Amino acid sequence: MSLTAQLKVWRGDKPDAGEWEHYEVPFEPGQSVLDGLRWIRANRDPSLAIRFSCINANACKECMLELDEKTVYACTARLEAREMTLAPLSNKPLVRDLVTEIAPPAERFGRSA
Amino acid sequence: MSVAPLHVETDVLIIGAGGAGMYAAIEAARAGCDVFLLDRSLIGRGGATVMAQMTVAVALGSETPDHWSHHLDNTLEAGRGLCDERLARLLCEEGPHCIREMDDWGVGWARKDGRITQAFAPGHDRPRCAYVDFLNTGPAVSKTLRHIVTHTKNIRRAGDLIVVDLVHSGDEVVGAVALHLPTGAPVTIAAKATIVATGGLTRLYRRNSASSNMGGDGYALALRAGVPLIDMEFVQFFPIGHLAPRLIGMDPIMWDPFRYKLGGKLLNRDGEEFTSRYGSSEDGRYVTTRDVATYAIVKEVEAGRGSPHGGAYLSFQHRSESELRAAFGPVVDRLAKNNIDLTKMAVEVAPIAHYHMGGVVADERMQTEVPGFLVAGEAVGGANGANRLSGNAITEAVVFGRRAGLTAAERAKAMPKQAFDPQAARATTELLTSCAPRKDINTAAMIAQLQAVMSDDVGPFRTEAKLTRALTAIEDMTKAVGERPIGSGGAFDLVLQDWLDLRNMLTVARTVTVAALARTESRGAHQREDFPGMLPQWHLNQLARLDADGIALTQVPITAQAAAQ
Repeated sequence: MSLTAQLKVWRGDKPDAGEWEHYEVPFEPGQSVLDGLRWIRANRDPSLAIRFSCINANACKECMLELDEKTVYACTARLEAREMTLAPLSNKPLVRDLVTEIAPPAERFGRSA
Repeated sequence: MSVAPLHVETDVLIIGAGGAGMYAAIEAARAGCDVFLLDRSLIGRGGATVMAQMTVAVALGSETPDHWSHHLDNTLEAGRGLCDERLARLLCEEGPHCIREMDDWGVGWARKDGRITQAFAPGHDRPRCAYVDFLNTGPAVSKTLRHIVTHTKNIRRAGDLIVVDLVHSGDEVVGAVALHLPTGAPVTIAAKATIVATGGLTRLYRRNSASSNMGGDGYALALRAGVPLIDMEFVQFFPIGHLAPRLIGMDPIMWDPFRYKLGGKLLNRDGEEFTSRYGSSEDGRYVTTRDVATYAIVKEVEAGRGSPHGGAYLSFQHRSESELRAAFGPVVDRLAKNNIDLTKMAVEVAPIAHYHMGGVVADERMQTEVPGFLVAGEAVGGANGANRLSGNAITEAVVFGRRAGLTAAERAKAMPKQAFDPQAARATTELLTSCAPRKDINTAAMIAQLQAVMSDDVGPFRTEAKLTRALTAIEDMTKAVGERPIGSGGAFDLVLQDWLDLRNMLTVARTVTVAALARTESRGAHQREDFPGMLPQWHLNQLARLDADGIALTQVPITAQAAAQ
């Protein structure tokens, strides 16, 4: 059973000059939002910036973003057959698209080195 | 963009902040060195250590009397004759020291009556595997080391730095060039000693149990730095990686600790236990080693007796709800969120790329044949031979990390200043700044394509036809991605990151495939369907180097024997 999620994704590298991009993402029940974002990269646009490391285990805690204005881990939020709005964390400095600066200041290059 | 790169100077550069890299950083800093610890992900979050939900093999003797020499015997036996005995001995002999030191640091090893609990795992002759409940071994080790790193003077840390190449001066490695992902800026790093602790290569495979940043970076860095790799044909597949139903928020290798505690039955489509067909009768216990279990599952699927998604069933239904709750703890609730009730259903499992036995050639001081270039952790080749014993990966990470930190510190302290000529880094910084977009290639799709090639044709069971087909595909893809980086060069340019990853992954994939094609026998994790059986004439290691024509292989006597002669 394949369903489709409408992902509305914030794109840009300046907080006040972003654009919303819309993607139709096919999925199987149970799949994660991160699965959907990785599908977009491999099938629509590899330049979509996302941050993740462990993919599925919720171990790295790197894939935080805002889904419908709530902070979630993309790897544990599930895709649903509706419009889902994805934005970068609003309380962290923006890097690009869905990526924000989440490392402690002492672990950011430029400050530490 | 400015072409003048940012520059850092340090005594000891450590590439990779998993268990090995963090232990190395602590040790080098304690020895009085200035350390720069970087990671392509965030510090202490990426890599394999944080994902290790399982156990740590170490001869503590807290359950039953034990000695490191027994652990060594088991390690060598699992390695099917190919281990570098010097490295295996180091792992077993120094493991207890590191595990006790981490105990002092508060890692929280599971205890009973005050003694550290040690579980039995396949391939060990007695209970030897320490762990942190529930499924928290790797995260606890990571968190503890990260805490100590943070509170150790003289360790600077930086995430989001991807090392592109090591930098040479004459015959020595004098540092590295990295890409700062958030800005796209090249960064040069001068170091008296450089430790590569980048882990393994599981990302070459579609289904794998490690982080997305384990694409064999360290192996590719070593090859391009002129250092040989050993045993590259030996990729360990973990037999019971989770397959179905879709399970999120959990590591796919999560079932292993529960098999230690509860047994658990491995069943085929018809509900029959089947490992006895392949030489290992389980009878509800967990005794089958990884290579045999992987073989049994794949063969059962090929015979048409697999589970619906192409694996085997793992069932705990013969255990009571209270036994499950005692063993699984809060994991029962996480499973429930995924609609999995183990009292009522079996899950599906299948082999998944898990660990790499091969790696960079180094001695027991973690020194490669190039001065200034050391390795640590899974990036090191040889300790585990043709098949790694359960529980040896974290032990190896911390023991080898500690040893690399000590050796690097000795070198750094004996050296007044590193001679770092920016000209030597120029080829790599210019490579980065030469990137240009291309519409004809999706780099993310290309990585998925490489993973499919490796999974289908260079998986646990190999034939000449499949390996040859894989080599052709790898060569075609290498041509397609080209020698000029793809990307726009801006902030968090994942296209450029993909291209740099493909540059490494394709080189490493080729090395694995060439080595697998040459080894015309079956041994441990390397199984050739066209050459079944282990042959005495293949009781040797293969070394791989990069030369003008590609990967050059040589066959050499087993390393420990060679060293003893």
